[in-house]
Amino acid sequence: MKMFSQASGRRSGRAVGAAVAAIALSTALAACGSVGGESSDGGDGGSDAGSIVFLPKQLNNPYTDVVLGGGEDGAAETGMSASVLGPLEASASAQVPFIEQATQEQASVIVIAANDPDAVGPSLQAARDAGAKIVAFDSDTNPDYRDLFVSQVEAKDVALVQLEMISEQIGGSGDVAILSATATATNQNEWIKFMEEEIDSNPDYSGINIVTKVYGDDDADKSFKEAQGLLQSYPDLKGIISPTTVGIAAAAKYLSTSEYKGKVALTGLGLPNEMREFVKDGTVTEFALWDPAQLGYVAAFAGKALADGDITGAEGDTFEAGDLGEREVGADGIVIVGPPTKFNADNIDDYDF
Amino acid sequence: MPVAVALVTLIVVTWLINDQFLSAQSVKDLMLNATILVILATAQAVVLITRNVDLSVGAILGMVAFSVGAFFEAAPQAPVAVIFVVGMLLGGLLGAVNGALVTVAKVPALVITLGTMYAFRGILSTWAGSKQYFSGDNPASFGRLSVETVLGLPIITLIALAVLAVVAVYLAFRRPGRDLYAIGSDPDAAKLFGIRVQARVLLAFTACGALTGLAGVLYASRYNSVGALTGSGLELDVVAAAVVGGVAISGGVGTVVGAGLGAVLLSTITSSLTATRVDKFWQQAIVGVLILAAVVVDRVTAIRRANKLRVSEARDD
Repeated sequence: MKMFSQASGRRSGRAVGAAVAAIALSTALAACGSVGGESSDGGDGGSDAGSIVFLPKQLNNPYTDVVLGGGEDGAAETGMSASVLGPLEASASAQVPFIEQATQEQASVIVIAANDPDAVGPSLQAARDAGAKIVAFDSDTNPDYRDLFVSQVEAKDVALVQLEMISEQIGGSGDVAILSATATATNQNEWIKFMEEEIDSNPDYSGINIVTKVYGDDDADKSFKEAQGLLQSYPDLKGIISPTTVGIAAAAKYLSTSEYKGKVALTGLGLPNEMREFVKDGTVTEFALWDPAQLGYVAAFAGKALADGDITGAEGDTFEAGDLGEREVGADGIVIVGPPTKFNADNIDDYDF
Repeated sequence: MPVAVALVTLIVVTWLINDQFLSAQSVKDLMLNATILVILATAQAVVLITRNVDLSVGAILGMVAFSVGAFFEAAPQAPVAVIFVVGMLLGGLLGAVNGALVTVAKVPALVITLGTMYAFRGILSTWAGSKQYFSGDNPASFGRLSVETVLGLPIITLIALAVLAVVAVYLAFRRPGRDLYAIGSDPDAAKLFGIRVQARVLLAFTACGALTGLAGVLYASRYNSVGALTGSGLELDVVAAAVVGGVAISGGVGTVVGAGLGAVLLSTITSSLTATRVDKFWQQAIVGVLILAAVVVDRVTAIRRANKLRVSEARDD
């Protein structure tokens, strides 16, 4: 590569200087982009109530933003000072440096949505050794590395509601495909597993055949092309289930501009604001989700209860989650927030997230 | 051209395995998928030919695509043509920043544009935050650009072909276009010859930015949402497309038509691997092999050409 050779001799010093400047600049920008650092006014850092750090899968994701909004509200009500740290890219290892940073800042609670259940393990262990309580939310870590997992809904309910919707929309039988997030995403894989088990065991769904699972990596462009590929490879496809907000929106965009609009059913988990257009133009009949703000809200209260020593994360422990009332810790340290909500043309305008 | 042969082979083989691959909808999808990458590869080729590179194109595309959403939010009644002008001006401005830094600082473009890639992306992240604009927010006529067809060709594909034709003619037949090749072949000789190297390189970067801006506008028309992360990682696909299409990274060699074909080839590989149900994890490996193959073919022809020249010169003596 000749591009490098220009940096020879006398100029190399300047080139290195520029490189360093570029790196410094990019670090600074990445820092202001990725480290939210927006402390809510729950109290000064290191106040008696402690501090809570939210570590989402990635920042600048609209879904994550709603979750974090609820989390910050919850933290403010408990009196803890909240901050948000996280990568701009949802990759397995990207969260590790932010966990380390939270540990150094002596956070009393770390609330994390894991991009990979095991990759974050050792650094979470180090954080626990330093005294932090670990609450997983949205996407679980390996249970060895956390005190609690706050789950939107019963994983099985999420799977069942999606199966119910697709079955209704394709008339009870036919080929369906799944367009998921990353191949390693804990929550998506769990829902898919429950769907497969239910199809195998429930005679109501015996006509449904999952022909393939594809992964759009929660990237709009990739998900879009995967949706195209599905329709090309499976001409008899009657429906697509996309259990991820990025995937369902990308697939809906593709369907709405193609000859398959209204012919191939699409359902899954989506954000009302992203899906409104497609519900109104008839591409999508019905999809589901929970209220993401409640997820963050409950996680904040769970973290506070752990930090105060009110609960240990054992099965049967209970704590107050502000306006939402009491929540109980279930088996495997899992706390359930609430049932999923279905969105369709009749109710979608009632929601704004 | 080896890349054209590879493309035809790929399409025929895929079609033999899955005859749905050349259905009307599927052909339209193939063209739509390639469109944006073709424009980006054309833009990148202009810079590569001058022995420079622009790694900030993904960030420029994201910035312009997001500004399309912001523009239509502020002025929902504005005619669609205006956004094309605004997008290309914004892209051209960012490209000119790259060009100015490269020519004034005399630091390799690789370093400068790596820096501006992060800088532009950082500015976009700060501006956008978690805000996204959805296709439903834009005027319907803007979205239809990437759905409707004229003579079987999607409108945005026609735009890409027109851009490609104009740039190809300019580089092949106009003086400033030829200068870019001279600069890329030997910058010092070009300077001695009296070519205004700095002005031409600045022009190349500005053109690259403006065309990338055009691609950003089309991106906003085609895809459902634009936000802080739009276009990230795209720069490497773009450079790969140009290199596969025979544009030498060492400058002075290659055509935008080749780069355009390289872009079509890369985007078609994705579609044909899905259509033939090959595990998509193979896709990156295949792209890698193609890049290496392109470089080897390039190198072999260069050596042969050099040998031939040497022989004929020896004969003349």
